[in-house]
Amino acid sequence: MSEITKADVEYVAGLAQLSLSDAAKEKLARELGDILTYIEQLNELDTEGIEPMMHAMPLTNVLREDKVEPCLPRELALKNAPNTDGEYFLVPKILGGSE
Amino acid sequence: MSQDWTRATAYDIREAVKSGAVRAETVTQAYLDRIAAVENQVLAYNEVWNDHALAMARAVDAKIAQGEDVGPLAGVPIGLKDLICTTEGRTTCSSKILANYQSPFDATCVERLRAQGAVFLGKLNMDEFAMGSSTENSATHQTRNPFNLECVPGGSSGGSAASVSANECAFSLGSDTGGSIRQPAALSGCVGLKPTYGRVSRWGLVAFASSLDQIGPLTKDVRDQALALNAICGHDPRDSTSAPLEVPDFTACLEGGVEGLTIGVPKEYFTEGLGDEVRGKVEAALNVLRDSGAKTVEVSLPHTSYAVAVYYIICTAEASANLARFDGVRYGYRHPEAKDMREMYVLSKSEGFGPEVQRRIMLGTYALSSGYYDAYYLKAQKVRALIKRDFDRAYEQCDVIATPTTPTPAFKFGAKTDNPLEMYLNDIYTISLNLYGGPGISVPCGQSADGLPIGFQIMGKVFDEAAILRTAYTYEQRSGVKLAAPELAAS
Repeated sequence: MSEITKADVEYVAGLAQLSLSDAAKEKLARELGDILTYIEQLNELDTEGIEPMMHAMPLTNVLREDKVEPCLPRELALKNAPNTDGEYFLVPKILGGSE
Repeated sequence: MSQDWTRATAYDIREAVKSGAVRAETVTQAYLDRIAAVENQVLAYNEVWNDHALAMARAVDAKIAQGEDVGPLAGVPIGLKDLICTTEGRTTCSSKILANYQSPFDATCVERLRAQGAVFLGKLNMDEFAMGSSTENSATHQTRNPFNLECVPGGSSGGSAASVSANECAFSLGSDTGGSIRQPAALSGCVGLKPTYGRVSRWGLVAFASSLDQIGPLTKDVRDQALALNAICGHDPRDSTSAPLEVPDFTACLEGGVEGLTIGVPKEYFTEGLGDEVRGKVEAALNVLRDSGAKTVEVSLPHTSYAVAVYYIICTAEASANLARFDGVRYGYRHPEAKDMREMYVLSKSEGFGPEVQRRIMLGTYALSSGYYDAYYLKAQKVRALIKRDFDRAYEQCDVIATPTTPTPAFKFGAKTDNPLEMYLNDIYTISLNLYGGPGISVPCGQSADGLPIGFQIMGKVFDEAAILRTAYTYEQRSGVKLAAPELAAS
């Protein structure tokens, strides 16, 4: 039985960059606990020596020719940005404080 | 009365348009009229492109008038799930965070369909970021099941399935990460196919779980599947997971019957939890294939009951990484009041993502977090290897594997929304295939006493779409199963 506390939820929300209401934290603690309890059935299986399967199709070192290809023009790349100066993406200050 | 083109298959439309029997514009107009008449009941689309669709259709007609080649999908009007990038209109993933996103490029499958003469009608509703089994997680609206407007269409490609069954497009594209094409096809009464992982380029498909996602068609019949697959399959240098393999002409793989074919029937799929009506229809479907000359053998996929647990670790872990890109910098929603970068990330994500997406990001982040990686993510990948081994062993005894697509027919709105785990268990028969990586198709095999469609799933070996298409086509021809057309009042 997986016990997920409100503190666990707050820690993970911090990692995931989510801000949750108190009610949402309690609901998520309960739901994640239930789901993780269900997932614990995997521990019934002995997987000693089993190679983990990372991908459905094992392709490695997929390389392309080292040659310049056309890329997205700047105006298209900036088209969906919430804020730009026409050349760069603009964001709020990185090191705290107001702008 | 003239022919109702909205009831026609893509194949018949293509033949008629190419031969000059009907103009592409006439066919497209018929679909736009159909959408105008029934969409207020079905609500399959996020966006309908009236002018763009007619312009594409006229371009096909102009080419035909010039005697130019118009491609194998000439004048066929289709819909696209709203997580497939298109330069036309918006690509929202039915999420608030992408509500105004206009892709600067077309997905590879969109380029290919365009080059083959298809006409785009618009973008179809889905569970937000393809996370869900009922389309109830859409941030825009709820799509309804054409066979019973009080029931869900399935998901996450609910709009893609409902639009085909309601004759609001000739076929559609969806995406399947744990059953998101096959499950809604079963619940909404159309044919849905998930190709082998790597068959269809994922370039331009907004990523949910990158080791599982695959684009595929939802169609009115099996022959249209072959036509659609011919258009979208094939190697693409822009997707490093796309398979560098030749693609057969799938339309040439349909005939030939199932004489000499061995069908595996996994005992783990016919245990408690499988509804009686579904069991009955699937057994009848197996009898049709036996009567057509196929042999059936019981096979075992012993790790089946662990698939849902494995899936919900792998897909949420991959999703938590993929969805980290929605940070409000380059595209998507940015919270207007953020004072610094950290606040911009947190407020934008917390307001932009809906509850199920946040739940999965939380679960995935937890599973990948320090101290839990080995216990959850690595463990899940090891059990995934055991599930794949189950399939490899079963395919030593058979050519294809046949099962129900879902345990029960479509359920009512709200029936499973209070309990995420119960919703997840609806995908119990479809999830293993994504973990293995092979292709699978769901074909309608009848209706419940309440008139709800039931799906029959045929799964194949990796890259053997040909075998499942031939089996499904033979079943469709021999069974004579035709679902009663959903009754939708014209408004």
